[in-house]
Amino acid sequence: MADIPQVFDVLVVGAGPAGMAAAWAAASSGASVGVVDDNPSPGGQIWRSESAHPSTPEAVEWYRRISSVKIAFVHGAKVVDHPAEGVLLAETWDGVSELRYRKLILATGARERFLPFPGWTLPNVMGAGGLQALVKSGLPVAGKRVVVAGSGPLLLAVAAYLKKHGAAVMLIAEQAPWQRLAWFAAALLARPAKAMQTIRLKRELGGVPYLTSCWPVAAEGEGKLERVTLRRGKKTWSVACDYIACGFHLVPNTELAELLGCAIENGCVRVDQWQQTSREAVYCAGEPTGIGGLELSLVEGQIAGFAATDQKKSARALIVERKACRRFARQLDRTFALREELKSLAAPDTIVCRCEDVPLARLRENDSWRAAKLETRCGMGPCQGRVCGSATEFLFGWRAESVRPPLFPARVEVLAMAEAAAQSGDTNRAA
Amino acid sequence: MPESVTLEVNGARVIVPRGTSVAAAILAHGSNTFRQSVSGAPRGPLCGMGICFECRLTIDGRRHARSCQIFCEDGMSVQTDG
Repeated sequence: MADIPQVFDVLVVGAGPAGMAAAWAAASSGASVGVVDDNPSPGGQIWRSESAHPSTPEAVEWYRRISSVKIAFVHGAKVVDHPAEGVLLAETWDGVSELRYRKLILATGARERFLPFPGWTLPNVMGAGGLQALVKSGLPVAGKRVVVAGSGPLLLAVAAYLKKHGAAVMLIAEQAPWQRLAWFAAALLARPAKAMQTIRLKRELGGVPYLTSCWPVAAEGEGKLERVTLRRGKKTWSVACDYIACGFHLVPNTELAELLGCAIENGCVRVDQWQQTSREAVYCAGEPTGIGGLELSLVEGQIAGFAATDQKKSARALIVERKACRRFARQLDRTFALREELKSLAAPDTIVCRCEDVPLARLRENDSWRAAKLETRCGMGPCQGRVCGSATEFLFGWRAESVRPPLFPARVEVLAMAEAAAQSGDTNRAA
Repeated sequence: MPESVTLEVNGARVIVPRGTSVAAAILAHGSNTFRQSVSGAPRGPLCGMGICFECRLTIDGRRHARSCQIFCEDGMSVQTDG
């Protein structure tokens, strides 16, 4: 771990592309910059396990940039609390870090949206990004039969990645209708970089069926996955497979922003033109401000990093690019909007909350997230609603009402330290 | 060949390339049940990035460790709950 100063001028939470860009931009001013991240190395999910061997010119460039400036990285540390102004607590494998800052940049990324369907809790039914992350972390998939399903551009990238690593990708099931995708493809042509990516993906995916208006209705097997049943129009059929990689696009990670009291709008962190949240000295960049992908994350990260260190001119130079990227983000939202039929995927006995094994039928007896939590313990297990919360939001329109520390399950010693830090924070304020 | 590390999973010796996560090592060696759910159903990794806690198990005596976020180390002892 790099030396930690008493107080960072800028602390960045998240070492994905937005966090890397923010840290680089901030550090270029000479400010002391720290980055805290839950993963073992920088890169987030898109560049997971790539720090030693970046796979694209863009990744090469950003790893070069972050090593060209002084940044203190704290890896394998999950932020669990904000005990006092200017302090975050992060739990590590063998302890706890108290991180002090003047400016904070949230680059907490996104997670996959999972929708419950019969059999989705069987081992080997995973997220699309989930299976990809495991392969990036050393899981061999050569010769494994994989069905990629759900929604979003991630499905294509995952399928291409798995195929490259020797998996037999049986098919890609995309819930969005082809009419919307065709329109999206046309819009892509307006962005040459994106169009090239798509053409490359299409070439890499040669021979893999890409079925639109198609989704999984059941996963089956004895103890582990053996096959998936898919539906497309009136047709229903089964495909034998070793893995299902299934995710329904992405949802922003806004928990830390909410804990800090930042305003949230339509599920995203609200930011101004400098990427500043409703809280002074707290900035936000990348997916938490709205799902927009790599380019938008890099641009927003840089703007946040420059703005947080009074390099307004450099920040301003990127505003036009951000606007174009945001247009693309809005097209993403429209293209991959979830269809109503997916609301009836889960059967009454299908588990929705995987931590507490709460089936759909029990949730239906309630009229809000809060009532469901109290009555069924839905969302009260270790994931704290990160999985079932985005499902129940889609299924019932429930929105989680409050975020409380610790943001992740934490050891007792960490909670004790949070308490101590809160008290000393109070003392400081009183003085 | 990349450098390898040797660990124990449920008492059995497992050798994987350095840089392999504990979750990937367990799946690669043919086990896909990481834990039992509160009603006793088998569960394995879902998100692969540390948010769902489905891959949690015991590493070097520490319970509820998220195996997808931790690299295998020489001499590590891992117990699944399945």
